[in-house]
Amino acid sequence: MRSVIPVLTVVLGIFLLWYAAAIWLNAPWAYDKATRSGEVLTTQTLVADTWSQEKPKLPAPHQVGAEIWKTTVEKKITSKRSLIYHSWVTLSATLLGFGLGTGLGIALAVGIVYNRTMDMSVMPWVIASQTIPILAIAPMIIVVLNAVGISGLLPKAMISMYLSFFPVVVGMVKGLRSPDAMQLDQMRTWNASASQTFWRLRLPSSMPYLFTSLKIAMAASLVGAIVGELPTGAVAGLGARLLAGSYYGQTIQIWSALLMAAALAALLVGIIGLIQRVTLRRMGMA
Amino acid sequence: MGWLVFAFGAWALGWWANTRLAALPRTRATSLAVPFLFGLTLIAIWEGIVRGLGISPVLLPAPSAIAVTFAASTAILWEDFVQTVIKGALSGYVIGCGSAFLMAILVDRFDFLRRGLLPVGNFVAALPVIGMAPILVMWFGFDWQSKAAVVVVMVFFPMLVNTVQGLSDSSAMQRDLMRTYAAGYWTTLLKLRLPAAMPFIFNGLKIGSTLALIGAIVAEFFGSPIRGMGFRISTSVGQLALDLVWAEIVVAAIAGSAFYGIIALAERVVTFWHPSQRH
Repeated sequence: MRSVIPVLTVVLGIFLLWYAAAIWLNAPWAYDKATRSGEVLTTQTLVADTWSQEKPKLPAPHQVGAEIWKTTVEKKITSKRSLIYHSWVTLSATLLGFGLGTGLGIALAVGIVYNRTMDMSVMPWVIASQTIPILAIAPMIIVVLNAVGISGLLPKAMISMYLSFFPVVVGMVKGLRSPDAMQLDQMRTWNASASQTFWRLRLPSSMPYLFTSLKIAMAASLVGAIVGELPTGAVAGLGARLLAGSYYGQTIQIWSALLMAAALAALLVGIIGLIQRVTLRRMGMA
Repeated sequence: MGWLVFAFGAWALGWWANTRLAALPRTRATSLAVPFLFGLTLIAIWEGIVRGLGISPVLLPAPSAIAVTFAASTAILWEDFVQTVIKGALSGYVIGCGSAFLMAILVDRFDFLRRGLLPVGNFVAALPVIGMAPILVMWFGFDWQSKAAVVVVMVFFPMLVNTVQGLSDSSAMQRDLMRTYAAGYWTTLLKLRLPAAMPFIFNGLKIGSTLALIGAIVAEFFGSPIRGMGFRISTSVGQLALDLVWAEIVVAAIAGSAFYGIIALAERVVTFWHPSQRH
């Protein structure tokens, strides 16, 4: 609780900067309009104008807030202009990709921990795969899968999966190897089989690592889903809103989609954090 | 049919060789040879399956076809590389990491700022910052400046959070020792706290290196001049010239790995004292 006041101060500072930047960036357009209509702008009217333009360079926070309110609360969820509808499209791809990525990541980690050949041959490639800017091939994956007849949710989820499996593999390999030699010896003295050692010792002790990686994986998965929506031609989803907004210069729409994505990321990571706290407390680790 | 047999044979041979190699005692040679062989096997299987099943090059070109395209269009690839990696990613990376580093030192000086900015920075680092791309493209125009701006925004917060964390890594005992030497703030910073922060700083630099390339390429999807890797990928996909797309991906992979490798190498030189670097 000690840090509440500093955090609030910083957030307040960000909002102040935002309003100031809105004046600064939108002023040229306001002056331009004023000279054409022959008006003289006082400071007050200038500020009022920069905070209420229709297509500002930088919309003021309250404009974005109003847009979000208009497109979430006042629109029906089934409407194509509802931000909740678009968020749901993105969210479903994110969750599917996250689930697939986590499953793949855990499976790979188990293989790497238990199989020396796999450890030596796969692990370097798992790490190398992340130095490749995978998002770059998102358009190709979408188009190719579309050509094979797979469209809709799955191609986006594949990109999310690719981005989210890496943190899980790395975290789980570390986690599954975290029991020290003494604990493993203890299992051996109890004559525990390999599967018993896995379920009773290795898996439980990997939990803290798993949750930390899951948070990173979730954030990465959301990024994957958003970028995956770009090349489909702006049909639905938060990424599509971004692209459509940038085509038509609807800055307020871009910012509202962006803030919605941020809120979604915060929510998802927060949920994992909550599960982490409950689980670890019940396991006596936190 | 022959190609399918070839793919199967490559798989069996690679598997067998790798199992044998992995059973040998772990040396530098085997730990390099095993992943290399694994990659080679994958490429051989890919080639065999694409040829054997007659998969259309519009869906998945064979590695050999990609290599031919790569060799034939080096001029285009080089132009795109300069536009995206050198102008967009690298300049943004330097500006972003540099300003984050200076900001971190400032934040570290004032405890109030540190307690306020660190949670916010952690939060922002988890956000889909890439969504800023269309806005920044609107502000800075289509050329590389907007790509550099996207990269700055993407690498700033991971770098900031890591550096701030690193600066508080030195123990109270070490700082007390500096005080007994009558060392001032700047001496302590330069001789103790910055060196102690280096592993964290390099962690931030490494995270930033992959983000920088992603940022520069994805930003080009929102508008770019008629060159650049992101531009080439999205237009070539539209023209179904997938071999060129794959050639760009090879360039991106090489650039990404080299970028990461250089930083890892620098880390080894700078933080030679750290336990993770001593073998």
